[in-house]
Amino acid sequence: MNALSLWFSELKETFISCFITDDRWEWLVEGFVNSVIITVFALLLGLVVGVILAAVRSSYDKNEESMKIRGGIGYYVLKLLNAIAKIYITVMRGIPVVVQLMIWYFVIMVSAEDIPIAIVAFGLNSGAYVAEIFRGGIMSIDNGQFEAGRSLGFSYFQTMVHVVIPQTVKSTLPTLLNELIALFKETSIAGYVGILDLTKAGERIRGITFEAFMPLIAVAIVYLVTVVLLTKIVAIIERRLRRNER
Amino acid sequence: MSDNIIEVRGLKKYYLGGQVKALDGIDADIKKGEVVVIIGPSGSGKSTFLRSLNLLEMPTDGTINFNGVNITDKKVDINIHRQKMGMVFQHFNLFNNMNIIKNMTIAPTQLLKKSKEEANEKALTLLKRVGLEDRAEAYPSQLSGGQKQRVAIVRALCMEPEVMLFDEPTSALDPEMVGEVLDVMKDLARAGMTMVVVTHEMGFAREVGTRVIFMDGGRIIEENNPKDFFENPQNDRLKDFLSKVL
Ligand SMILES: Nc1ncnc2c1ncn2[C@@H]1O[C@H](COP(=O)(O)OP(=O)(O)OP(=O)(O)O)[C@@H](O)[C@H]1O
Ligand SMILES: [Mg+2]
Repeated sequence: MNALSLWFSELKETFISCFITDDRWEWLVEGFVNSVIITVFALLLGLVVGVILAAVRSSYDKNEESMKIRGGIGYYVLKLLNAIAKIYITVMRGIPVVVQLMIWYFVIMVSAEDIPIAIVAFGLNSGAYVAEIFRGGIMSIDNGQFEAGRSLGFSYFQTMVHVVIPQTVKSTLPTLLNELIALFKETSIAGYVGILDLTKAGERIRGITFEAFMPLIAVAIVYLVTVVLLTKIVAIIERRLRRNER
Repeated sequence: MSDNIIEVRGLKKYYLGGQVKALDGIDADIKKGEVVVIIGPSGSGKSTFLRSLNLLEMPTDGTINFNGVNITDKKVDINIHRQKMGMVFQHFNLFNNMNIIKNMTIAPTQLLKKSKEEANEKALTLLKRVGLEDRAEAYPSQLSGGQKQRVAIVRALCMEPEVMLFDEPTSALDPEMVGEVLDVMKDLARAGMTMVVVTHEMGFAREVGTRVIFMDGGRIIEENNPKDFFENPQNDRLKDFLSKVL
């Protein structure tokens, strides 16, 4: 037997013990599905939180001057909400996600299911980033668009809905999709609280087989392929958006 | 009852806590059917004055009566009154996310509860009047500056305003497009529209203005009928200004 075929048969054995024995590949599939579930629902939660925060922050920025002059309780309510939103964003962006995840898991939602905890932790965190993406998007829309809406008689809210937000969604969509990609990779820390995500699946195989190379490379390839595919999709969407423009 | 559409009394607008007095006590009446042209050096407060009339700028002090209603009163719903005050901006401010016909019909359908057919018909009639009926489906980015401004004017007209406010409507245009926009404004004036126009087009002021106002330092320095205003200016600052621009 020559060295090459010896090496090859060892490789085959490792492969079998890593993925085939006891259907261990199913862990990878389950882990991948969990990673996707956490990412998608966390992003949805993040979008909801982000839209609310961005609405508060940009309403304050846009109306502060005129509301101050007009006075009234609305101004103080908005000022308070804006302060809360700012604190929220600062806290969420200032603490590592893995620490936030552990706080949710071990302190706040102790009796809840694993995956919902991860969705809440990643979603509320992502909301802070989405909020700043949206706020940046709203602020980058020419104020003339807003003034034209108001001068026709639209309320602040109507102007946002008909004019500003449609343009913001379009301009921030690529950034939001990139946030989705970042979030997908970020969920790889879910294993810290015992969730079987893609990374954890590789870890579990390594723990049983004492083989590090193959399970970790497999995990790495799945992440890479997924991210490359998503990036391609983002590029296509970006190109579409640009073509519809001008 | 007077025949004044707009009555301005003691209007002040301060910025930076009073360091900048953009408007420093303005009294003015605008009568039905008048075409009031406002001229003055850069920074004299022309835009601030015009934008105060529909409260795009909130006055620091003073009152503005529109059809006998003090719109600076906090209890007044400004959105209702803005429907009757059309505004045309230097930079057109057509809604980028809508085609031309939608730009023109969104306010009448949403705010005046007109049917889509009725709003479309009115919009097309107006587009025809400014020679743009074949561009109804185009997006703003596909139009020239002069075309955009003509659309902006008829968009405001779709709301059947009682007064039209223009802030340097031709200043952002290439010289060869100034005429087409001024022609539309002249037609409008001849049709009896009440207009307040900030412009550097002295020819327009002379030809169609019923009254010319000269502003400097946030105040009205001189006002008169166009003939006497240009041929027999009284104030030294106006004489100086006219010697530079004529
Ligand atoms: N948001 C603001 N903050 C501070 N100062 C301002 C603001 N807006 C306007 N001003 C100041 O108020 C004064 C009047 O400005 P305004 O735009 O009304 O002048 P204008 O007569 O329209 O000038 P122009 O011919 O250049 O358009 C200027 O000194 C300007 O710098
Ligand atoms: Mg100006």
